[in-house]
Amino acid sequence: MTVPPARIRTLTIDGKDVGAREDETILDVARENGIWIPTLCQMTGLSNIGACRLCLVEVAGSTKLQPACVTRVEEGMQVTAHSDRLAEYRKMIVELLFAEGNHICSVCVTNGHCDLQWLAQRLEIDHIRFPYLYGKRSVDASHERFVLDHNRCVLCTRCVRVCDEVEGAHTWDIMGRGTNARVITDLAQPWGESTSCTSCGKCVSVCPTGALFEQGKAVTEMVKHRELLPMLLTMRGRQR
Amino acid sequence: MSTDLTPPTARSDAERGEPKPKVKAATVWLDGCSGCHMSFLDIDERLIELAQHIDMVYSPLVDPKQFPDHVDVALVEGAVSSEEDLEKIKRIRKHTSILIAFGDCAVTANVPSMRNSFSVKDVYQRGYFETATRRAGVPDQVVPKLLPQARPIHEYVPVDVFLQGCPPPADVIYGLLTDLLAGRKPNLTEHTRFGR
Ligand code: SF4
Ligand code: SF4
Ligand code: SF4
Ligand code: FES
Repeated sequence: MTVPPARIRTLTIDGKDVGAREDETILDVARENGIWIPTLCQMTGLSNIGACRLCLVEVAGSTKLQPACVTRVEEGMQVTAHSDRLAEYRKMIVELLFAEGNHICSVCVTNGHCDLQWLAQRLEIDHIRFPYLYGKRSVDASHERFVLDHNRCVLCTRCVRVCDEVEGAHTWDIMGRGTNARVITDLAQPWGESTSCTSCGKCVSVCPTGALFEQGKAVTEMVKHRELLPMLLTMRGRQR
Repeated sequence: MSTDLTPPTARSDAERGEPKPKVKAATVWLDGCSGCHMSFLDIDERLIELAQHIDMVYSPLVDPKQFPDHVDVALVEGAVSSEEDLEKIKRIRKHTSILIAFGDCAVTANVPSMRNSFSVKDVYQRGYFETATRRAGVPDQVVPKLLPQARPIHEYVPVDVFLQGCPPPADVIYGLLTDLLAGRKPNLTEHTRFGR
């Protein structure tokens, strides 16, 4: 009788022995074991793309840092999720997002309910060491129910993925490169003129910042409904 | 005659019955809305307790017009936005031991920075012509000239403590000052953040 190949992998994270299914990522296993790794672009229920690099971890034997959300576990892997070097890089990534966008938390619709702001506090960022760019970014308020404020967009593409993978409308895309990259609706037309958007609001609820919000919301009033996506996927029987 | 055998130098000032020299403190108002100063006043009756340890040597709340030659701790509210702000912050840095960036405008440039993606010319046009109901024109006296952008203090001079918040909560200001008086450097991100 042949024994089926082992489907379980054993590894260590921050010195702790952990077991995982072979198809899991380092981030999955860390979460199952109560080890917090900061993330921004990742969202359970959407595809993982490794875009923000906040979840970088050290893997013994490699000098390259690996994004935990898209790195599969391997037998005997020794993962370091918390070190001074990682803490410094994570801080720098969040600081660069603040320096690049125009984040004015005190007058923001999601002040107090924002993933970026929360990460800054959690990573003990008390000021931004990089010079602010203060680039010119626009606001699209043409949609009858929602607003897109590029000043607060961190290009995580959660909106792009939820609209494509869950709603099936694929209204969103990314245009341009580097600091000129922007999320766009349809072929860079005003959102309000989009023929593909069903006005379902999924993009607004998954957006980690105040970049997408409901019309009429004032400072601190925009609370995102994070529970909607997992609930929806469970009801559809398609939890990733 | 005193029966205390401890030599006077081994006793604290208080035990010797001598008042501890007061800490020379200043608060400064650059390009901000004074909300941080209001929050400072919200310390309420604890101000009386602080006043026993602090000498307020310069502030919009007291009289002196010139920033003194030596200040132990200065709370600076607001972004560096005009030529006058820039001169002030340089002088403050030179004459201050502990410089605190006081509130989001000082730390991030915050609301004053909302003009930064426009040119100063366009800002003047909007402020002194389009919205003027009479005597349109850029003032050439008293009102200092704007710098190209409003920027945080630490982009011009080194800052010792960053106190985030818009405005920072009164309790956090009080906690910071009492910590500094006791010689401790607190972790402020535990208590406040951008926009709080
Ligand atoms: S999106 Fe978040 S980080 Fe950006 S201004 Fe709003 S609250 Fe601050
Ligand atoms: S509202 Fe729905 S359909 Fe429209 S862009 Fe957002 S996710 Fe896509
Ligand atoms: S609009 Fe929101 S969800 Fe979309 S990329 Fe920007 S920050 Fe992410
Ligand atoms: S969460 Fe892994 S790269 Fe963004």
